[in-house]
Amino acid sequence: MSLLSTSGLSKEFGGLRAVHDVSFALEEGEVRALIGPNGAGKTTFVGMLCGRIEPSAGTVRFDGTDISRLPAHRRIRAGMAYTFQITSVFARLSCHENVALAVRRRKGNVAKDVPEALRRVGLADRAEQLAGDLSYGHQRLLEIAMGLAQKPRLLILDEPTQGLADSEIEDFVALIRELKAEATILLIEHNMAVVMEVADAITVLNFGEVLAEGAPAEIRANREVQAAYLGTG
Amino acid sequence: MTETAKAVILHLGLIAVLFALQFVLPAYHHGNMARVMVLATYAMGYNLLFGYTGLLSLGHAMFFAAGMYGMALTVRHLGWTPPPALLAGLLSGAVLSALVGALALRTVGVAFMIVTLMFSQAAYLTILYFTTWTRGEEGFVLQQVQRVFWGIDPSDPTTRYFLALLVFATCLMLSLWLVRSGFGKVLIAIRENEDRAQMLGYDIFAHKLGAVVISGTMSATAGAVYALLFGYAGASFAGVQYSILPLLWVLLGGAGTLIGPFIGALFTFYLIDITSGYTSAYMAVVGAVLIALTLFARQGIGGEIRARVWRGLP
Ligand SMILES: Nc1ncnc2c1ncn2[C@@H]1O[C@H](COP(=O)(O)OP(=O)(O)OP(=O)(O)O)[C@@H](O)[C@H]1O
Ligand SMILES: [Mg+2]
Repeated sequence: MSLLSTSGLSKEFGGLRAVHDVSFALEEGEVRALIGPNGAGKTTFVGMLCGRIEPSAGTVRFDGTDISRLPAHRRIRAGMAYTFQITSVFARLSCHENVALAVRRRKGNVAKDVPEALRRVGLADRAEQLAGDLSYGHQRLLEIAMGLAQKPRLLILDEPTQGLADSEIEDFVALIRELKAEATILLIEHNMAVVMEVADAITVLNFGEVLAEGAPAEIRANREVQAAYLGTG
Repeated sequence: MTETAKAVILHLGLIAVLFALQFVLPAYHHGNMARVMVLATYAMGYNLLFGYTGLLSLGHAMFFAAGMYGMALTVRHLGWTPPPALLAGLLSGAVLSALVGALALRTVGVAFMIVTLMFSQAAYLTILYFTTWTRGEEGFVLQQVQRVFWGIDPSDPTTRYFLALLVFATCLMLSLWLVRSGFGKVLIAIRENEDRAQMLGYDIFAHKLGAVVISGTMSATAGAVYALLFGYAGASFAGVQYSILPLLWVLLGGAGTLIGPFIGALFTFYLIDITSGYTSAYMAVVGAVLIALTLFARQGIGGEIRARVWRGLP
């Protein structure tokens, strides 16, 4: 049984078909990359998975139950974590408190789990800094730490490497590899090098529909995908 | 010294200073300070919602009035003694705030301000409608004998001062505990970034409703105690002005700081008290000072302390 699946999931924004009839399944333990050109509907799609956006049609199942009617916070409590495409942290709170909010919600051990999450993203020495004072890249890493600290079963990351320096991207790739053992990961990503390195499988969205799905090598070889997304190929 | 120890010492220190003041203040200021402490308690209740949760209500006078009338009407018409009457005031505030919260929290931003204002106006008009019992604008006095309980006479200035201090201190320390508790930290998270808080798995509506009820009940406590200590209840306390005042005090004193409401209430009270001694246009002076403060100390006095002196100020 899949950890997460959708059937016929669709979203229209006043006539614009942002996501259309997407049926999708994610197996426990896999790292899935979701790619597609700008405006393909990736953010809208994952927004419907975690309850931020109400679908026009279709259902979402998580861990065997239909969660289509659950509000976002209940889905998070059921084991999802989400990082925003546009960085969203508590800017006027310390990094420690940002992560502590994530740990406290699941009644975890703040003294142990917060430093641990910060260490994993390389922000251990910035615990007392205000999140808003961090560089953009570091704020993204902080948000990932907040995701980790929730110990989710499914971690949804919306373009996590955007704005990261090359060395930070390398660390991020290593982190995802490490996380594979702990969580299922759905990764929206524009950086194809990262995708090719970490993804077990790739789903390609184009104009709100699934254009292709398969192993990284297959997707790279797919002509339609090359035309729609990879440009020349 | 840990942050917790510093916070506890600061706030206990304020309480100790207020306690000691009672022995040095002249009689006139005794009464004033008792009033300021009760009004500051009202402002603290307001601040829990506005300063800590980020919800701007324009209708808190209805909660203050719920406490005031819950107390005063049961004493006047049912012949209750102060202890159960105070409890009736608190309960009125709790029930009213739960109802108003459940409805008003379906809106956000400006709509929330308007809806709370409307509810408060409805409460005000209800008080006027039942003038037979409430005596409307004119209000009514609670006699000294009606206010005595357990051998304590709240009309005695010294007793009144200590009762006001007791209520203020209790609410201050409760607030300190609340804003440092897990629940309080979620309220702050909601104020800072509601979307992110929700996507960490927190039920935003439930937390906001909790904040409205705690805030409304604390405001009602202040209203009930006001009726007890000063022996009067009147519809003007339910008017728009009494919804704006706590906002003003909190802005001046520092929204989202625990000492802010007290500083703001104290400052405003004496600003009016002193200027009105010199000119009948004292409201103009008050306005000018307010403008100056918003220009030069945008986060209020407590906010400036937090920015310049101690970042951990709760
Ligand atoms: N709230 C909204 N109201 C109206 N249109 C929207 C809304 N959100 C998204 N859209 C539109 O839906 C389409 C899909 O947007 P979405 O953000 O899901 O794309 P995306 O694949 O995440 O793109 P990107 O790679 O740029 O992040 C776009 O055409 C976008 O303009
Ligand atoms: Mg997107």
